[in-house]
Amino acid sequence: MPDSPLLQLKGIDKSFPGCRANEAIDLDIQAGEIHALLGENGAGKSTLVKIIYGVLRPDHGDLWWQGKPLRVASPAAARRVGIGMVFQHFSLFEAMTVLENIALALPAQDVGALRDNIDATAESYGLALDLDRDVYELSMGERQRIEIVRSLLQNPQLLILDEPTSVLTPQETDMLFTTLRALADEGRAVLYISHKLEEVRRLCHRATILRGGRRVADCIPAEETAQSLAEKMIGRRIEQYTGNVPRQLGQPGLRIFELRTGSDAPHGISLSDMSFTINEGEILGIAGIAGNGQTELMSALTGETGPPSSGSIEIMGAPANQLGPVARRKLGAAFVLEKRVGHAAVGDMTLVENSFLTTLEDPAFCKHGVIRWPAVRAFSDQITHDFDVRTTGVDALASSLSGGNLQKFIVGREMLQSPGVLVVSQPTWGVDAGAAADIHRAIRSLAEAGSAILIISQDLDEILALCDRVAVISQGTLSRVQPIHDVTPEQIGLLMGIRHDSIANEATRVTT
Amino acid sequence: MLRLEPRASHSVLAAWLSPLAALLMTVITGTVIFIAMGKDPAATLYIYFLQPLVSASGLSEVAVKAGPLVLIATGLSFGFRAGVWNIGAEGQYILGAIVGGGLAVFFHDSTNALLLPSMLALGIVGGMIWAAIPALLKTRFNANEILVSLMLVYIAELLLVYLVHGPWRNPQGWGFPGTRTFPDAAVLPVFFAQHRLHWGLILALATPFLAWFLVAKTRFGFRVRLFGSAPLAARHAGVRSTRMIWMTLLIGGGLAGLAGVIEASGTIGQLVPIISPGYGFTAIIVAFLGRLHPLGVLLAGVVIAVTYIGGENAQIVAGLPKAVTSLFQGVILFYLLAFDLVTRYRLVFRRARGPEHA
Repeated sequence: MPDSPLLQLKGIDKSFPGCRANEAIDLDIQAGEIHALLGENGAGKSTLVKIIYGVLRPDHGDLWWQGKPLRVASPAAARRVGIGMVFQHFSLFEAMTVLENIALALPAQDVGALRDNIDATAESYGLALDLDRDVYELSMGERQRIEIVRSLLQNPQLLILDEPTSVLTPQETDMLFTTLRALADEGRAVLYISHKLEEVRRLCHRATILRGGRRVADCIPAEETAQSLAEKMIGRRIEQYTGNVPRQLGQPGLRIFELRTGSDAPHGISLSDMSFTINEGEILGIAGIAGNGQTELMSALTGETGPPSSGSIEIMGAPANQLGPVARRKLGAAFVLEKRVGHAAVGDMTLVENSFLTTLEDPAFCKHGVIRWPAVRAFSDQITHDFDVRTTGVDALASSLSGGNLQKFIVGREMLQSPGVLVVSQPTWGVDAGAAADIHRAIRSLAEAGSAILIISQDLDEILALCDRVAVISQGTLSRVQPIHDVTPEQIGLLMGIRHDSIANEATRVTT
Repeated sequence: MLRLEPRASHSVLAAWLSPLAALLMTVITGTVIFIAMGKDPAATLYIYFLQPLVSASGLSEVAVKAGPLVLIATGLSFGFRAGVWNIGAEGQYILGAIVGGGLAVFFHDSTNALLLPSMLALGIVGGMIWAAIPALLKTRFNANEILVSLMLVYIAELLLVYLVHGPWRNPQGWGFPGTRTFPDAAVLPVFFAQHRLHWGLILALATPFLAWFLVAKTRFGFRVRLFGSAPLAARHAGVRSTRMIWMTLLIGGGLAGLAGVIEASGTIGQLVPIISPGYGFTAIIVAFLGRLHPLGVLLAGVVIAVTYIGGENAQIVAGLPKAVTSLFQGVILFYLLAFDLVTRYRLVFRRARGPEHA
């Protein structure tokens, strides 16, 4: 049967206690196509992919492979059939070389032959890899290439990629797309999971959209706009944001001058000579790939890890070098930390208790060391109401909230304290499109109300959409701060990739 | 294959049902053991668990035993909530008895009304000093507080033995180890002449309520809970770990010391080589059985006190060995930990993988 699709799913149902993750989903993937699977967080994408890759089994429904019924009992079985997968979170041993990491995933074989085999595969798909480097030295893009090569060596007919570009620079993304197109041209299929809609429009031949566990639409991405795709995902119209309102700039809110820190952690990053000023009413964005000093910058700004080695931090005009997080908050600063559960919020505490977490020195909530719980409760009611946090009530545990709702709660808790300076790390990381739009709107209105805002984000689109000025962090140093209208995404991408380009150059020098 | 998978959410109800289930399973296990020993299980269980509660003297003895357990466990629950594992309450208890009781030994003919309150205060100080050693070593050298506090128990025991055999021995005691009996001004008065129940009970009852207020209503209590459940969030909320380690160890040590001096003053009336049937260790069981909640600790203290008295009754009436008390306490802890495990994790049986069809 030449016409039967490579993989066909018929009526897939999968329930978990309290939630129907997949409901009567049909899907077919043809050989030679790049097929997008779109949906918000919780739409059922991961469940469906896990069923295809043999991690989960459907309650009902059948899988067909090249016209024959297919039963995959485990990922190993899926790989034998010809299904490969690259997960969002890599499973690599950082202290081992690239070659060792690849060899570990494959049946035992001669290392010399494997090396030739890898080189041939890597070359034919444009996946440059230096096999003898240790993984911890590599950029995220290079690590992803290891995972892709590892999958390709098993000669898959279908390759599944889960959010592959979330850690890549624009240049690395382009390289990945070249590879994926080459795979499709050979007749292999790619199932591409993403919520970066512009990328899906550029890359994918067809798209299947899931919402609430059901398949709600099929479309050809190239014929859609990002707006129309997003509306299909969310199931309602999205108000288009009508450009940046010119804001009145005030006094410097956050001023960093020649900041330096040391890092004790192995492979940790030290910050060197970082300087910037954010005025009231202004949003500064710091772009960059994870692991380039963002975490260190955030702890230097909150004061959690003690004073910097040198340089100065001023909050609302007051020196803050020697102050801890609570004292810096008293000066008017607020922080939205990257790690939601365990840092910005406590999973096994209620929302009421979590509201107290960053207001515990506020005399309205705590007098002479005795907590005024009714006042705290009223504050948490206000957060959940004003920021549309969907929850069963303020006595729910923070861990019971979805990522997006918890983030709205955290952002709301910080913003309702009317901070003069707000520092936000990864404001919408892993947050669904609806919640992300709400958070962006709230950040803009806080700037309009006159707060100085710093956004540290890996999501370049987010920085471009929100910020007035932008700088790029790479290896602990900051690029020149520039007005957002003076730079292109490609220029920012180049700054983000500085380190990796130099490594790639080194690699070519070694091989030539 | 048997595996443990973490449950997505854990219920508050299950957390409180687990001690009850543990008690039930302990009774069932006890029945099996009694049958195996050739005893009538119903009669023995009655002697063990109910007889202590049906007479005034039984109730008085239960309260006398519950007092130190509740005081120590309340103090320990602060540390356990914060993830500071003070296992040496037994030693802090002994030091409280030595330092507080020592005052009564020196002023053995005093009638000063300030003697008793001073002893109680010094008892707290004694327990705190003993707890300060693991606090100092942990915060300064990162020494494990479990090992340090545990080893200090043996030092405290030997110190007490040395004192009551040596410098503090009663000169009129015919050479028996033990200090002079405390003067009246150094003894906590009893409520009823014919029972041992004394005024220490009031402190043992009041302390959990005070602790509950601290944990639930104050910023300090909030920070203790925060430090235990999310150290990063605690750091962001201005909690300094050094301070938290010191505070929780001092609270635990202070209350253990208070329990020690109360026992010496109210129940024993002098210092003797052995002043505790292992209260400091048993209080660990009480703390967890009471879910580290001060009011839960109060209930759990009574339950465990019953096992002490029941064990004594069982020795006298049913001729069971002394070890049966420790056995029951161990079995309760075992079941409690087991039920806690299954409320947090799910047991998953996984079949061996069959051949797959392509």
